[in-house]
Amino acid sequence: MEVTHRIVLRFPPAVSGKPIVYRLVRDFDLVFNILKATIGLEDQGLMVMEITGEEANYRKATDYLSKQGVRLQPLHQDISKDDDLCTDCGACVGVCPSEALRIERPSMKVVLDPDSCVACGECITACPVRAMKLTF
Amino acid sequence: MAKTLEEINEKIRRGEVVVVTAEEMIEIVREKGAKEAARTVDVVTTGTFGAMCSSGAMMNLGHAKPRIKLGGGQVTLNGVPAYAGLAAVDIYLGASALPESDPRNAVYPGEFRYGGGHVIEDLVAGKEVLLEATTYGTDCYPRRQISTFITLEEMNEAYLFNPRNGYQNYNVAVNRSKRTIYTYMGTLQADLGSANYSSAGQLSPLFNDPYYRAAGIGTRLFLAGGVGYVVWQGTQHSPGTKRSDNGIPLGGAGTLAVIGDMKQMDTRYLRGASFRGYGTSLMIGLGLPIPVLDEEVAAQTGISDDDILAPIVDYSGAYPNREPEVLGHVSYAQLKSGSIEVAGKTVPATPLSSYPRAREIAETLKEWISAGKFELTAPVAPIPGAESGQVMKPMPDRPPTAGLE
Repeated sequence: MEVTHRIVLRFPPAVSGKPIVYRLVRDFDLVFNILKATIGLEDQGLMVMEITGEEANYRKATDYLSKQGVRLQPLHQDISKDDDLCTDCGACVGVCPSEALRIERPSMKVVLDPDSCVACGECITACPVRAMKLTF
Repeated sequence: MAKTLEEINEKIRRGEVVVVTAEEMIEIVREKGAKEAARTVDVVTTGTFGAMCSSGAMMNLGHAKPRIKLGGGQVTLNGVPAYAGLAAVDIYLGASALPESDPRNAVYPGEFRYGGGHVIEDLVAGKEVLLEATTYGTDCYPRRQISTFITLEEMNEAYLFNPRNGYQNYNVAVNRSKRTIYTYMGTLQADLGSANYSSAGQLSPLFNDPYYRAAGIGTRLFLAGGVGYVVWQGTQHSPGTKRSDNGIPLGGAGTLAVIGDMKQMDTRYLRGASFRGYGTSLMIGLGLPIPVLDEEVAAQTGISDDDILAPIVDYSGAYPNREPEVLGHVSYAQLKSGSIEVAGKTVPATPLSSYPRAREIAETLKEWISAGKFELTAPVAPIPGAESGQVMKPMPDRPPTAGLE
């Protein structure tokens, strides 16, 4: 059965330089679409991708990635902003690696675009008033 | 075409006053010129909302039965230590005070989830906080220990007394090192990966009152949702900081010490804050009304983000080492566009003070004045101005070793 999954891949510094992702195509016959890729804080790689293929192959591929030290997390819209608590100060915007948090102009209000959010959690501790929440 | 403050207050009482925000004033001065703007506009309101660490609460807790003398003892509110070197039940709680149990940066970067600023927010929100104290007994104050919940309402006096608020200009913080750093200017990405700034720019009180004509001792203002007053120049007041031709300082300059009744305040404009790796603080909303007495005031309040420059400072080097190096100046218009140029690199710029809330404060103050609920005051005495040449002094470093050998 063919499935489509959106996942967040976190590459530790030792792995982020290695060619790994191409094997999803070569060895597991999967089609992927990279939604976001960044080398972030402390040389940690972060990639968000949409993967389509046979379910059995998808499972094998994720096992392979885990063995390489890549941390996997399903992508949900799991970061939310409590608008009653948010003061629109902007402290979260500078730490957001995917530009999901941005300043809307000219209102200068902070907005969260859930589709771009990679749920990395940086904003949660960067927010001075704890307005960002991780929900499962 | 000068006006007096009394004429403006008379217009407020008659409901005929013309009040605009500092943002609206920009267009008015641009279109009509300063002379005409001075004739049509009576008051310009300003606003700012951001973390101001030098803030705190002075509280009188009432007397226990039997009596207890907290002065000279140890006092905490929700575990956060307050200063108790005053009379029996007067205490002061600062925004950056931390519980003894907080790990600080032992696990780096620390989270600093709860400190003095949060206690102050909880009190203003009407929550019960836990007062715990131990002290010594005296003939007139025999009790040595107390543990009780208390609310703001149950206190006698409770007022914010903030030794330094409303900084006239501030640094743009960047990081030239190879690792992320955690500062009071927020998290700064390595290799000039981010630039953080913290001023409302064209809406900010002292950019619109560059020579402190409106802000002096006794000036009534908006403080955290209630009415407050300027009581002194703020700590580190540096009116002698170098200025542009338009009179705007090119770096941190004037500051205000303010006071206001906490029982009037609103948590929309007063929030405890945690800065990862740095500590706790208090976000405060401040709004200064400026009487448009003449053409000069009109021109000054017409200042826009294009006219205001801020210094770029490296918080991984120059700042911690107190070196004077500045990497250049940028306007608040450039900062608010979302990116600036530093050393040939395009760097994303993000604010740390809320412009939407600054705007809301200026609007609220405008409504108060228009509705006749808030009259303006002339300063009882001025705070030191640019002509004083006064600038901030560094701390001496003169250890007593020689005398101890």
